[in-house]
Amino acid sequence: MATQGTTTQNVAAPARTDAFDFDSAWDLHEQVQVRPERFGALLYHYGDRRLSFVKSPELRTTLELLASCETARLALHDAGVSPGDHLAHERALSTLARSNMIVPRQSEEQRS
Amino acid sequence: MSTTTAVHTTPTLIDHFERGLDAPICMTWELTYSCNLACVHCLSSSGRRDPNELTTEQCKGVVDTLAEMGVFYVNIGGGEPTIRSDFWEIVNYAVDNGVGVKFSTNGNNLTPERARLLAESDYIDVQISLDGATREVNDTVRGPGSFDMAISAMENLASAGFEGFKISVVMTRENIDQLDAFDALAKKYAAQLRITRLRPAGRGADVWDQLHPTAPQQRELYDWLVANGERVLTGDSFFHLNAYGEALPGLNLCGAGRVVCLIDPIGDVYACPFTIHDEFLAGNVLDAGGFQAVWQQSDLFTSLREPQSGGACESCSAYDSCRGGCMAAKFFTGLPLDGPDPECVKGNAEDLLGNVDGATTPRPSLDHSRPAAALTYTPVSITTKPPLAAVGASSTERTTPERACDESPLAGFAPDATPRSDG
Repeated sequence: MATQGTTTQNVAAPARTDAFDFDSAWDLHEQVQVRPERFGALLYHYGDRRLSFVKSPELRTTLELLASCETARLALHDAGVSPGDHLAHERALSTLARSNMIVPRQSEEQRS
Repeated sequence: MSTTTAVHTTPTLIDHFERGLDAPICMTWELTYSCNLACVHCLSSSGRRDPNELTTEQCKGVVDTLAEMGVFYVNIGGGEPTIRSDFWEIVNYAVDNGVGVKFSTNGNNLTPERARLLAESDYIDVQISLDGATREVNDTVRGPGSFDMAISAMENLASAGFEGFKISVVMTRENIDQLDAFDALAKKYAAQLRITRLRPAGRGADVWDQLHPTAPQQRELYDWLVANGERVLTGDSFFHLNAYGEALPGLNLCGAGRVVCLIDPIGDVYACPFTIHDEFLAGNVLDAGGFQAVWQQSDLFTSLREPQSGGACESCSAYDSCRGGCMAAKFFTGLPLDGPDPECVKGNAEDLLGNVDGATTPRPSLDHSRPAAALTYTPVSITTKPPLAAVGASSTERTTPERACDESPLAGFAPDATPRSDG
């Protein structure tokens, strides 16, 4: 796999999610910024300074909707991702979770 | 590890990059031509400040534009950028406006106190330039005292708990055999190794013939990258070596004017950090419309985003993997831009180079070298005494090299799994 910028700086070990939990709530990591592009989006994580490419506009929309949805599955649905494309998007979200770009939403008590 | 998602197959991500994006992904901004060193291979021929360098307010205006355009971070260099009295003011302004900063330094004034401040920010990264894993090899290229200065900065960063700062090395004939030693240094200081290609730009043109890796060394470098490339940064600068076989990690793309560019200290915008020459000058940030207009509308960048001809290389079996190599390397060695790279691993540039008339080889349009500080490069291997038989370099003056110049187009990239097969 092609990798240029893997750094470990200032980043807590990401929670390993072997299987992406579609039925949980997810958020973009608070240090991640999204830049919309014609092909989808660029994501940049200021914590470990990694850049990622999102290669579909629907996935970008999904990411934008994550925070307002109770589950990742709902975000996919609201983004208009067709059922036939769910698997590809699931893989994509799983990859983004592994690289800490998106994180499981913390409950109020976890936050405090 | 990397991140992405292939949901659609055409056009590829690389296609999008080749046609250019509305804003650069990664850009270099050189804040001053002033430098405390006088490296023999300085890409920007730095030394003396240019009287027309951007003011503090003009620099803040550039930051505002980058923020509006969605540029995630900027690679700040020089010259030695920390020499500017407003350096920290500009860095803090960028960070406060959501533009991250990675700055390249030779270690100048990177005190323990400064290192502690840097370690506190997630939005500032530091890159220490070092061109030899030993004092002898480094100081021959970068000047007396430069090795100790860099090591001291690295020790201060490590002591402050700044993990993952970059040690940036330009690979030369003298240091290819130190790759493992550089690796060990990075490990010792909890840093990350970044190696980039020597370019014949700036003063680099003067030492190119002596310092660029030999053919066997290029192979050695390639093999080392195949074995270790996943954990070092290269700024994607060695894609010309892909012609050996397996593609190296990276995008295999010349990003000049497409996804990267350079803003020089006087605000001139060039296609990439290695092309400070009128031929690759797209405009100035002080022009009407500012940087955004230069990036999005300049004639030069528009033409670089059109389909490029592989010319003489198109019939080569390796063209898909090396893409003809580096535009700047060709230009400053007098080769046609649509032909082989001067370091073509297939040897296709050898005849062409033999026919180049040195008198007509393009020279950098700007030269801010300090004549009094000039170093004369003397190969380490044939010296028996302190390598720097430096011409006119006084012992009190930290002459030498440095430059952030080695910033490369796609530095810091974590490309996903696809670009490789796209390339």
